[in-house]
Amino acid sequence: MNLAAPFQYSFMIEALLVSALVGTVCAILSCYLILKGWALMGDAVSHAVLPGVVGAYVLGIPLAVGAFIAGLTCAISTGWIKANSRIKEDTVMGIVFTGMFALGLVMFTQIKTDAHLNHILFGNILGIERDDLWATVIVSIATLLILLPLRKDLLLYCFDPAHARSLGLNTNRLHYLLLSVLAATIVASLQAVGILLVVAMLVTPGCTARLLTDRFDHMLIVAVVVTVLASCTGVYISFFINGATGACIVIAQALLFSLALVFAPKHGLIANKRSLR
Amino acid sequence: MPERLSIEVTDVTAVYANGHIALRNASFKLGPGTICALVGVNGSGKSTLFKTIMGFVRPAKGTVRIAGGTVEEARRQKIVAYVPQTEEVDWSFPVSVWDVVMMGRYGHMNFLRIPRAEDRRIVSESLDRVGMTEFKERQIGELSGGQKKRVFLARALAQRGQIILLDEPFTGVDVQTESAIIDLLRELRDEGHIMLVSTHNLGSVPEFCDQVVLVNRTILAAGPTETVFTEENLSLAFGGVLRQFHFDESTIQDHDGRTVKLLTDDERPLVFGKDGHLEYKDRLGREHLVKEREKEGRD
Repeated sequence: MNLAAPFQYSFMIEALLVSALVGTVCAILSCYLILKGWALMGDAVSHAVLPGVVGAYVLGIPLAVGAFIAGLTCAISTGWIKANSRIKEDTVMGIVFTGMFALGLVMFTQIKTDAHLNHILFGNILGIERDDLWATVIVSIATLLILLPLRKDLLLYCFDPAHARSLGLNTNRLHYLLLSVLAATIVASLQAVGILLVVAMLVTPGCTARLLTDRFDHMLIVAVVVTVLASCTGVYISFFINGATGACIVIAQALLFSLALVFAPKHGLIANKRSLR
Repeated sequence: MPERLSIEVTDVTAVYANGHIALRNASFKLGPGTICALVGVNGSGKSTLFKTIMGFVRPAKGTVRIAGGTVEEARRQKIVAYVPQTEEVDWSFPVSVWDVVMMGRYGHMNFLRIPRAEDRRIVSESLDRVGMTEFKERQIGELSGGQKKRVFLARALAQRGQIILLDEPFTGVDVQTESAIIDLLRELRDEGHIMLVSTHNLGSVPEFCDQVVLVNRTILAAGPTETVFTEENLSLAFGGVLRQFHFDESTIQDHDGRTVKLLTDDERPLVFGKDGHLEYKDRLGREHLVKEREKEGRD
């Protein structure tokens, strides 16, 4: 087996670069999501993009646009139902996203598309089309351009919304901005890991980083490093087993998380045990 | 500091989203250099009052004026700072003491929130003032109850808020920290700040608050502590909620038919002496004060 073989193919180089880019966006966003307690929101929005993807195909608009609109619809309608009923948010989410996902599945079986359901559900970064590649890159960069300048405002909003408001920050706008960025990030990750596994990208990097550091700035950096490492490892390994790239990336993420969980210097299981002694 | 720092709440009625009235026809007024206690049972509208002053809740009727301007103008000038309840904060959040106090400066920074030398100077000065400089690198969850309170007080100082709203600043705080916080509030009062303190700690109110606002879905009474913080008013504010002990025999004096009363809202008790006056913690050697207060009250 030639270990350098993957690097001889341009599609592999592209896949490595794209997955690193997508991983960076996911890693940064995940730090906010886990602090805000929005892990389930990530899961919900990612499932809810399916009818958007199919709908966009029918209308002949870019799939990313359809996915973004559907994802945002899920998040906003969840908020609206929660505010106007006596049902709790996590329950509402469970109803809205499964409903939208099911709708997407039915639409998919009724409408002939040349997109493979498997590719949408599980990602297809090794066989990514030109258009989709560019859509992914553009959405990723746009998301980074929004997240990075606003990272301190978003942090303040997650930490103490009342204080943010008293300083004159528009917390409503930040809330919807974070939701939009979430939807956009999911759109960007679809090609890499697919709808079903996106939530892993949105949760694991932040959790791993949280175990390794107590400073938010460091957390962002650690999350990015861990995710880029996991993404590239996943892509690399999937070359040899010939597929399931998204799943390989997610497994690599989970392995790195497990290592952090056990060996993290301050918050790891071993360190905890030692401090109890 | 604005020319005339003040809070003027005039005839404010605030309504919850579900249509219930949280506060009806509330009016009171505070001038510069004041520590005012906000006293009432849970659900009496204390937090609604805070929210209307911060502009989070728009009154259905009536007005709130801060330093002569609207709440929005006050927010733009960062006049009102808020010190949250300990339970409201996520203490596992990956921020250090320094980071939290620096957040007080965000309103004064540019769009990218990059601290200037001036911001860093104010943050370390604020930390110094609350005695938390040596803990500035700590993650906030690694602090004691009193230290946590002081961090958020430092954030309010760093914000340069001239009106500081404190929500339950003494819960989970040891006696030593409590008096340190009270000392700091007194200093701020002497500098002209207005502090509005929501508290269940009835016993400490007469010690450091010069004004009291009693709330129960409206303002029951507002004004100087000596005249407002009376047994009748407190019974009005709390109904039967307060624990009440009557001692028919004082431990100091012989039985004479009168009683010493002790009121507590679960924290430090408030003691009314036999003459119905407020008892103080450090009464020893200050007995004459009690008599003087009583005389002032009669005049």
